[in-house]
Amino acid sequence: MPVVFIPPPLQGLTGGRITLEVEGATVRELIENLDRAWPGLRERLVEGDRLRPHIRVAVDGRISTMGLLERVGATSEVHFVAAVSGG
Amino acid sequence: MSGKPYRVIGTRPVRHDGADKVTGRAQFGADVRLPGMAYGYVLRSPYAHARIRRIDTSRAESYPGVLAVVTAADLPSGPDRLVDLVEGTLPLSYARTNVLARDKALYKGHAVAAVAADNPHVAEEAAGLIEVEYEPLPPVLDVLEAMREDAPRVLEDLRMRQLGELTDKAGNIGEHFRHVLGDVEKGFAEAEVIVEREFRTVMVHQGYLEPQSATALWNQDGRVYLWTTTQGAFSAREATAWILDLPVSQVRVTPMEVGGAFGGKIRVYLEPLAALLSRKCGRPVQITMPRRDVFEATGPTPGTYIRVKMGARADGRITAAQVWMAYETGAFPSGQCGFGAICILAPYDIPNVLIDGYDVVVNKPSTAPYRAPGATQAAFAAESVVDELAERLGMDPIEFRLKNAAREGTRRADGLKYQRIGCVEVLEAMRDHPHYGAPLEGPNRGRGVAMGYWFNIGWYSSCVISVNPDGTVNLVEGSVDLSGTRTTIAMQAAEVLGLRPEQVHPIVADTDSIGPTAVTGGSRTTYATGWAAWEAAHDVIRQMKQRAALLWEVDPEAVSFDGGVFRSGDRSMTFAELAERLEETGGPVVGRGAVNPSSAGGSFAGAIVDVEVDPETGKVTVLRFTSVQDAGTAIHPTAVEGQMQGGSAQGIGWALHEEYSWSPEGAMLNSSLLDYREPTALDVPPIETVIVEVPEPQHPFGVRGVGEANIVPPPAAIANAIYRAIGVRLRLLPMKPSAVLEAIWSKEV
Amino acid sequence: MTREKVRVQTTINEQPVEFLCEPRQSLLECLRGILGLTGAKEGCNDGNCGACAVIMDGRVVNSCLVLGVEAEGRRITTIEGLARGAELHPVQRAFLEQGAVQCGFCTPGLILATKVLLDRHPDPSEPQIRRWLANHLCRCTGYDKIVRAVRQAAAELREVRA
Repeated sequence: MPVVFIPPPLQGLTGGRITLEVEGATVRELIENLDRAWPGLRERLVEGDRLRPHIRVAVDGRISTMGLLERVGATSEVHFVAAVSGG
Repeated sequence: MSGKPYRVIGTRPVRHDGADKVTGRAQFGADVRLPGMAYGYVLRSPYAHARIRRIDTSRAESYPGVLAVVTAADLPSGPDRLVDLVEGTLPLSYARTNVLARDKALYKGHAVAAVAADNPHVAEEAAGLIEVEYEPLPPVLDVLEAMREDAPRVLEDLRMRQLGELTDKAGNIGEHFRHVLGDVEKGFAEAEVIVEREFRTVMVHQGYLEPQSATALWNQDGRVYLWTTTQGAFSAREATAWILDLPVSQVRVTPMEVGGAFGGKIRVYLEPLAALLSRKCGRPVQITMPRRDVFEATGPTPGTYIRVKMGARADGRITAAQVWMAYETGAFPSGQCGFGAICILAPYDIPNVLIDGYDVVVNKPSTAPYRAPGATQAAFAAESVVDELAERLGMDPIEFRLKNAAREGTRRADGLKYQRIGCVEVLEAMRDHPHYGAPLEGPNRGRGVAMGYWFNIGWYSSCVISVNPDGTVNLVEGSVDLSGTRTTIAMQAAEVLGLRPEQVHPIVADTDSIGPTAVTGGSRTTYATGWAAWEAAHDVIRQMKQRAALLWEVDPEAVSFDGGVFRSGDRSMTFAELAERLEETGGPVVGRGAVNPSSAGGSFAGAIVDVEVDPETGKVTVLRFTSVQDAGTAIHPTAVEGQMQGGSAQGIGWALHEEYSWSPEGAMLNSSLLDYREPTALDVPPIETVIVEVPEPQHPFGVRGVGEANIVPPPAAIANAIYRAIGVRLRLLPMKPSAVLEAIWSKEV
Repeated sequence: MTREKVRVQTTINEQPVEFLCEPRQSLLECLRGILGLTGAKEGCNDGNCGACAVIMDGRVVNSCLVLGVEAEGRRITTIEGLARGAELHPVQRAFLEQGAVQCGFCTPGLILATKVLLDRHPDPSEPQIRRWLANHLCRCTGYDKIVRAVRQAAAELREVRA
């Protein structure tokens, strides 16, 4: 089952849990399922149809450009990180 | 060099735009000449922090030769929203306010008004006639003082963000970053040696030689045409359109050749001003920044306060690391502290980590990325502590790093597991290099090493390749070429197509002529746009196989392409021969590629530096410098070496003599190239380079971007070398002669 | 400040040139703004970067520190005058072959300064090269490949002139 790492600011909603196993084939599905178990998570991560502007999702160490649409594998690790760029 | 059987990749062709660059024919921003062109001048605040009570432009407007004057009143002020302007997400109102101050001047140099006139001297004279009534306010100039509850507020509406969410904490902290791995309390309890130190770095500038310049024509067809000095034609289009409240497609940006950027030419400063002036006077308007404005009113890099605590066992394993870092981001939040937080411990596998980082606004110019933004300051701190820890443990500095090196599968501080990376390979190359073991004799001489990292980005690029009847191809792409990427991209297409590099004609196009392409920055260009070119080249081959199949009356599946030749059975045709037959087999062949890859693996870099310190003057001479970096696969080794040498030289300047000197009122005292001391040919030794190649698995050729990581190690490596030379550790950048002397004297006392 | 224009007669790239300029306009401004010779660049406008360098009567000068009216009667060479027809000058070619050009903004000034150096000192040492070029800032290359280019050009010119 995919493992989602909960960033520190959101750990208050998951009872302090840092990692959670949750089903889902896409990042969207993961978040829906997470929100069922831990209400309020979805609202912190998603705005409308997309991830919130400052947030990106990394699947298996790669920061995705597809946000909620990114596919997730059965043993994937998923992180939510602040958006970054370069100079 | 990579050992792979590439024909083109790994060679060193002369760049396609070479003749233009050495004959003065290459057109940079300020070289644009349009019929009827007027010239603009920007009036800027003399105060670091002040309310703007009143602006009276009447005397300027009636000055002979003046065509138009604009202030913030000419900018749209619709409902605010968050916009993604490459460097980070911020409120659109901040972007607009930085272009022209509305109610408050937030830094000395903040634009307040702009004038267009027949000639630049008249524009400047007229600007002097604009009357501005300021009410000076106490400026906030120190990052730690700015964080206090009772500090004057730079932005009244600023609320601290945490992972993209607004808290209701008002003040000068724009963002708080936190990364946690394991349990640092436990980790430190296990440590037998602990080192904790504080560091400070001062604001510095990217120092590009070419000042910003933008020419705008607000045409009678309703479109805004821009010719500008930018790292990103598409990002400049977007930013200008949003600031002016126009549909993005109504702005066309033609990117000019750029005279250095390093991250400082992503943001738009002049484009909206020139456009507004052009709309008012009906003529094209060109604005070029004087050097003083480049320093005072563009985007330098944050000064910082960083505290690092690291603990290790006697066997050399680091058990815990704790970091507290505060970055001054100028008048608006920038997120650079977040980058520093990701990179600060990047070369190490540490099970217990706690990083707290703060992005803090102050009354200084709004900071912008500078080559691996935020990482150099962070490495200065961490790599000095690592050096001290190694010494306390009696271990060689490179062996200590190898013992704790990050590898594939190591968790980064932000939790992400590394994919394939070259940290160990870079360290080994440093250890095995003749420089590392060479004798260094003489008093006051010492050798230091340090590591650095940049995560590199992917992002989107477009490419179109069309086949010419003579068997050459045109390659159209949208990545502004800062240092030769049109050639490194062309080489990747040439490799696929079986052509020589000079048979590919690369064109960097404007925003009307190619699909969207992200900024040239983040070490993404040879990587992502090269990938788009690879894809477009394969599309060309696929189509040409169909043409060959038509001519030979076989199935396209039966046609192969290898070594520049199409084959089927005993029949064959070269690329050039087939190119001649395209018209009769269906018309032109145009291939396309569009990519948006996820982030890449990142690039590690290292530096070995020998210095000599003069104990009487405090001057530090860099005697020998070796730069090592993982390029994945070096498409054009000369270009890779050039990046490593350039970043190293900038790192040397940052380490030893570059700084913003501030008056108590918040004015930069040294805003000229005389007093802002960038390295000259006398300040740097020959820079030896070692290209390590640990291919990036997801890129077709294994490319890793190399533009940035090389600037990260030098300041720490030099600090470590100075320590070995004279026995004092400096923890403040720049390590200029007066700072070195003070350190020597305080040690002697 | 007078805006009355002065007539200047000079020689640029071996061609007689005549133009009108205000007394306050620098040679750099005249080259770029009046004569369309934009190869000389403005980096600082106060003589501290060398991007505006041209050759005047055999010497390298920062054209931002020379007034347009001072060009009267002089012989000036800009970067546009170095190549011979379609043939690059050996210094130009060496800069390209050695990878000494990245953004290209400092390149015209550096190439002209190199030409004067090699005209006077055909076999300069590395310290001599670095000292000669010390007034030309380059932010992109770290100077390493520039020094190599100068040495390649020096070797080639020595051979040609021998």
